[in-house]
Amino acid sequence: MKIALGPVLYYWPRQVLLDYYQQLAGSALDIVYLGETVCSKRREMRLHDWLDIADFLTAQGKQVVLSGMTLLEADFELKALRKICDNGDYLVEANDMSAIQILGERKLPFVAGPFINIYSAPALKFLVEQQLKRWVMPVELSRVALQGILNGARNMGIQDRFETEVFAYGRLPLAYSARCFTARAYGLAKDNCGLICLDHPEGMSLQSQDSQEIFTLNGIQTQSSAIYDLRAEIADMRDDGVNVVRLSPVMHGMAEVIQAYDDARARRVTESSIGNGWCNGYWHHGSGMDIREDKNSD
Amino acid sequence: MMELVCPAGSFPALKAAVDNGADAIYLGFKNETNARNFSGLNFRDTKLEQSLKYAREHQVKIFIAINTYPQPQRWSLWRDSIDMAHDLDVDAVIVADIGLMDYATEHFPELSLHLSVQASATNHEALHFYKQHFNIRRAVVPRVLSLSQVQNLVRHSPVDLEVFAFGSLCIMSEGRCHLSSYVTGESPNMSGVCSPAGAVSWQQQGEQLETRLNHVLIDRFAKGENAGYPTLCKGRFEVNGRISHALEEPTSLNTMGLIPQLAASGIKALKIEGRQRSPAYVAQVVHVWRQALDAYYRDPDAYQVAAVWQRTLQSVSEGSQTTLGAYSRPWQ
Repeated sequence: MKIALGPVLYYWPRQVLLDYYQQLAGSALDIVYLGETVCSKRREMRLHDWLDIADFLTAQGKQVVLSGMTLLEADFELKALRKICDNGDYLVEANDMSAIQILGERKLPFVAGPFINIYSAPALKFLVEQQLKRWVMPVELSRVALQGILNGARNMGIQDRFETEVFAYGRLPLAYSARCFTARAYGLAKDNCGLICLDHPEGMSLQSQDSQEIFTLNGIQTQSSAIYDLRAEIADMRDDGVNVVRLSPVMHGMAEVIQAYDDARARRVTESSIGNGWCNGYWHHGSGMDIREDKNSD
Repeated sequence: MMELVCPAGSFPALKAAVDNGADAIYLGFKNETNARNFSGLNFRDTKLEQSLKYAREHQVKIFIAINTYPQPQRWSLWRDSIDMAHDLDVDAVIVADIGLMDYATEHFPELSLHLSVQASATNHEALHFYKQHFNIRRAVVPRVLSLSQVQNLVRHSPVDLEVFAFGSLCIMSEGRCHLSSYVTGESPNMSGVCSPAGAVSWQQQGEQLETRLNHVLIDRFAKGENAGYPTLCKGRFEVNGRISHALEEPTSLNTMGLIPQLAASGIKALKIEGRQRSPAYVAQVVHVWRQALDAYYRDPDAYQVAAVWQRTLQSVSEGSQTTLGAYSRPWQ
């Protein structure tokens, strides 16, 4: 079981990002996804900055994947995506069908990110034929669904042609919009947002009127409020044929999370998660926000 | 002429749409294969045959929406739906899943495929992907693009484009929204539902009416306030210490004022949302849209939205409010 660090979903200053990856270079991570996937107005990092980090992490023995944007509406966004696809060295994570098209024209392999909608084996098979090398299961799918998809892949004889990655830790990316909710919370227009996301390194909390935390606003992306955490499920994932667990970056305590997952894959773990405000419902075929602690409740 | 594509969730609604001037009707089978899988809605057996017959007698096209993502263990339900749509000789099927498109392309190359909004194709590279591999004939444009982005997309698109003209407004990129499943376990992609009725509760608390979705408080309404259906993106929540419609107000999309721009840009079809709506609603909305389109094509330069059309649309809209949505850049 490999451990991957997903792309940073928030907007962090350049130096913070450089320090972040520097600090995690010695961790147990096997794979690191790099790049801006949420908002094209976030330009603290240019492609060459990401590539510098990529080279550094590669030298530290990590596999690096460059992640493309998820919601692409403008020509300049497609242009930036083509540059990523043409990087020449690194595998690319496609988060939109446009990336799969561009990579396909270049006959390049790719990783399908969590918002490439692969809900069944026939969809997976089609993309394997287009050089998909790894897929990240859509976050709302359960263990049962995963088993169904991988069984289907076995029946089609394609099970050895790809890897399966599961989003296992972090606030769940749940939705993308034309509208920037962070700007809206400040009464700002999206076109004049003042890059306000820089002030919210882990997003803004959205609560119900009776103070239940529900979502996290991160620009045009809506995330779960709770931290999804599947560290207790690693043995089951291995049995099911999962090859990679994805940990989604949080600003503080990431090294401890990576350590916990490293322990978990070596079967040195007891607790389901740390602290309050976590969830695991999707994996157990429930509402995403649920917590299922009974292993027999699937 | 831009085609007027109208919704039907039942035979009376279909009849209402046909009688009031629809060019095409889209509908779904009575199961999870379509994105409006609500109880009491949709078509099977004799009602389906009756509907197709009625539409054909009036030279109105029929599109079948098979636009959810197949559940892994139940692939055959989706596959059989494609077979059935083919056997019914419908004018097009509206699909989102690449596995299903691959199946349809291989088995029924003559079956016309329209790319559903649920596939979230927001740029021409994505459209080229679906055209190249599955020969889609048309794509429904997600409700996240501004008018200038739509115009640009038409210029570069390898296929005809259909846009949403009127009805409920999804503010999230369709096919990429898990808000409903996060709170209720059921989502548009998997089950064809958003904020499912079974998870909804309405509770009077003193003077206030509370709406909840799987116990999560979505909104509180004061006496006399119009209490809307609790969808997660249209509730009132607290952000930064302030309670507001943090994501979107309860409002409907209305692009009637954009008919000249949409026609000039080369858009091929206008879609009316609302397969879950009543026959009376469908009749009213289709009636005024037919009038508006006819007026535009009679004399494009003189086109104006008549006050009576606007009043009709407003009266049937969520919260009695309408918006241009993402077509208007400032809205974003």
